[in-house]
Parts: sequence; structure tokens; C-alpha cells
Amino acid sequence: MNHLSEEQLVLYYYGEDGSPDVAGHLAACEACRAQYAGLQRVLNVVDMAPVPERNANYGAQVWSRLQPRLGSRGRGWTGVLWWPARHWAAAAAVAVLMVTAFLAGRYYPHAQPVQQAANTGQVRERILLIAVGEHLERSQMVLVELMNAAPGHALDVSSERDRAADLVAENRLYRQTAARAGDVRVANMLDQLEPVLLEIARGPDRLTSGQLERLRQRIESGGIMFKVRVVGSAVRDREQKITVNQNSSSS
Amino acid sequence: MELSDTVAVAQAQAGDSGAFRVLVERHSRNLFRLAFRMTGQQEDAEDVVQETFLRAYKQLAKFDGRASFGTWLYRIAANCSLDLIRARKRRNEQQEAAPEDARDETQSLPDAAPAPDRLALSSEVGRQVAAVLDGLSEMERTAFVLRHYEGMCIDEIGRALGVQPNAAKHSIFRAVQKLRRALEPLVSSAV
Repeated sequence: MNHLSEEQLVLYYYGEDGSPDVAGHLAACEACRAQYAGLQRVLNVVDMAPVPERNANYGAQVWSRLQPRLGSRGRGWTGVLWWPARHWAAAAAVAVLMVTAFLAGRYYPHAQPVQQAANTGQVRERILLIAVGEHLERSQMVLVELMNAAPGHALDVSSERDRAADLVAENRLYRQTAARAGDVRVANMLDQLEPVLLEIARGPDRLTSGQLERLRQRIESGGIMFKVRVVGSAVRDREQKITVNQNSSSS
Repeated sequence: MELSDTVAVAQAQAGDSGAFRVLVERHSRNLFRLAFRMTGQQEDAEDVVQETFLRAYKQLAKFDGRASFGTWLYRIAANCSLDLIRARKRRNEQQEAAPEDARDETQSLPDAAPAPDRLALSSEVGRQVAAVLDGLSEMERTAFVLRHYEGMCIDEIGRALGVQPNAAKHSIFRAVQKLRRALEPLVSSAV
């Protein structure tokens, strides 16, 4: 029997090689299992190197030191220097309008009668395509991390849970807008993604190996990762086409 | 709902410093953690965080959204850390090359006595890990830190460092090999 190489074990540890071959071999080969256990022990110990904690205000402290060093840049840098918290709600509303405008523009192109409006619409559509693409990319990262976690162990998912909670709100917005605009493909995919994100967001900080396995089976059975990847790729393609169009029309 | 990175970046590119502030506040702690893992010194890490955001601010117009904003920031922070590590090495080499009586006695102390940050690594394991990380090459350390501590996949690391994924992968393998050689005896004795 050919044993697993150190490279294969390292890739497997980091979830970069989740092939059944490696998992199957580890299950059957005691020597490789011992090698892998040794690697796990060392890499788990590496996590013990501490990092000094920074408090929740650290970002604000960084900004206060940074802000005087930032020169004037383009228009408007003095206009919205300090946004009060209530403006974030307005920003969210603006985001909703932008998404609606983006999809409306996509499905009803005749709504933009002049070239200038068309260009503005394209810029807005491009920004929003990037936003949808990023949403799918971030969702995919959360799912990949859960799928690639070492099997048979409890897992701290507090970070994934926080990220999923953020993604749920975005997902709902995009799903509703896509459904209203008749984009069945995107709406369906987001509809399937949402309960999974919700389950992660509402779950505990730490999953037992059984809970993790059930979550994985759910993700796998729905083929959600594949769908997210395919639709994400299509969204990126559209965004790049718009970029090319903009570049060619401006040159 | 919070402003997403993408919307904040678009607003910052349009000249909204409030949006840039949101990005700074959101990413500072993660960048500090990365910078500390890279440099091993709190003060250096603080400098890297500042320098990263300054560079990001100046280059914001060039950010095209192909990678996520976080990945783009990480690439800048990794490069800032590498610049700082190189500068530190040059300084150390110059000090070692200087005549014995020209050296400041206090400057040579860090090798013998740990700096305050190092004192924070109170456990033997922590010290060993820090020592091994210090001994890695720039590429090995960066690739390993991004993979192990920051959870970036190999393709992302390749993009962040501007190298082929294979090069990033082999740097991670070498780093893991060196860590195993150095730490396995310690780990085994603890088992």
C-alpha cells in the first residue's frame, strides 16, 4: 500500500484536499493515521502562540491616528466625515434602492432614455453585480470552512456564525429583489441558501461532531455549494462584460 | 444592516471619507493580528496597520473588486510587513557589522533578553513557536501565517502574494516541515 505523503497530509489538515481517497486511506492505514495525528498535534500547538488582544475600540483608535495623515482626495472628503449611527439605516435603504434599480435596469432597459442615464445605470449595475458576487463568495467561504473542518471533532464556529448572521440579511434583500424582478434562477438559489445561513447564524458557538456532520449533509444534499459557485461565476462574467463595455465606450 | 465592504469601497472611491472610516474600523483588528503574526512585535504591527491603510487609501482607485477588499488589504499588509522585516534585518546586519565599541549595548540586548512582546509569550511552547516563525523565510512565514492563522486558501494566498498557487503551497509545506522538526520533540514530551 502506498502511504500518504506529508504534502497530502498537510493539504488534508487545511481542508485543501477533501478527497475521499485521503479520508479512506487514513481510516484504513494505522501508520498514516499516526503520522497525521503527529501533524495535528504540532499544528494545534502552533495556535498557542499568543497575539496581544486589541479592544473593540481599536478600529476607532487607528482611524483617529490615521485621519490626520490622509490628504485631500477628490471631491467630498469633508462632507461626510463623521456619520452618526442613524445614517447607517439610510445607507441600508439606499442599498435597497440600488439593488432594485440594478435589477429593474437589467430587466427593463427601456427605462433609461438617454445615454448619460444609461452610463450611470451601467456603473450602478456593475457596483451591484460586484456586491452580489461578493455576497456569494463570502457565503461560499463560510460553507467551505464548515465542509473542510476536520471530521469527528467539535468545532468552534463563532466566527462563521457571525458572518452567516450578516449574510442572512443581505441574502434576504437580494432574494426578494430577484424574485420581484423575475430572476428565477438567482431567487431560487438564494432561497435554498437562506435556511442554511440561518441555521448557522442561529446555531451554537461550538458544534459537536454530530451537529457538524448533520450540517454538512444538509449542505451536500442540496448541492448548494455547487449552485453558489455556478451562479457566482455567472454574476462575475456579467460584471466583467459591463467593465469591458464601459472601457471600450470611454476610449 | 451594516454597509457591506463593496458598497463602502464604492463610496470611498467616490470620495466619501466616512465610508473609508468604516473600512478602517472594520478591518483594523484583523490586520493587527496578521501584522503581529508576521512581525512578532506589537509596535511593528501597529506601524504596519497604519501603513497598510495609508497605502490602501492612496491606491483605492486601483482596487477593481476582483478580489474581496479584505484579501486586497491582506496583500498590502503582508507586503508592508515584509518591507518592515527586511528593514529590520538590514538594521541588525549593520549593527553586527559595526565595530564593537561603536555598538550601543542596549541595542544588542534583545537577542539575550526577550523584548516585552516576547515576555508575553510566557509558555515554553509559545516561545518555541515564535522562534521557529522568526526563522522562516519571508515567503514561508507569510504563506504559513495566511494559511494557518487567517484561514486563506492556497489560491487566495497565491493571489495575495502575487505568486503561483504551487509556490504558495510549497512555502507552506516547508514552513510546516520546519515547525514539525522544531516542535515535535516538545509536543511528544508533553504527551
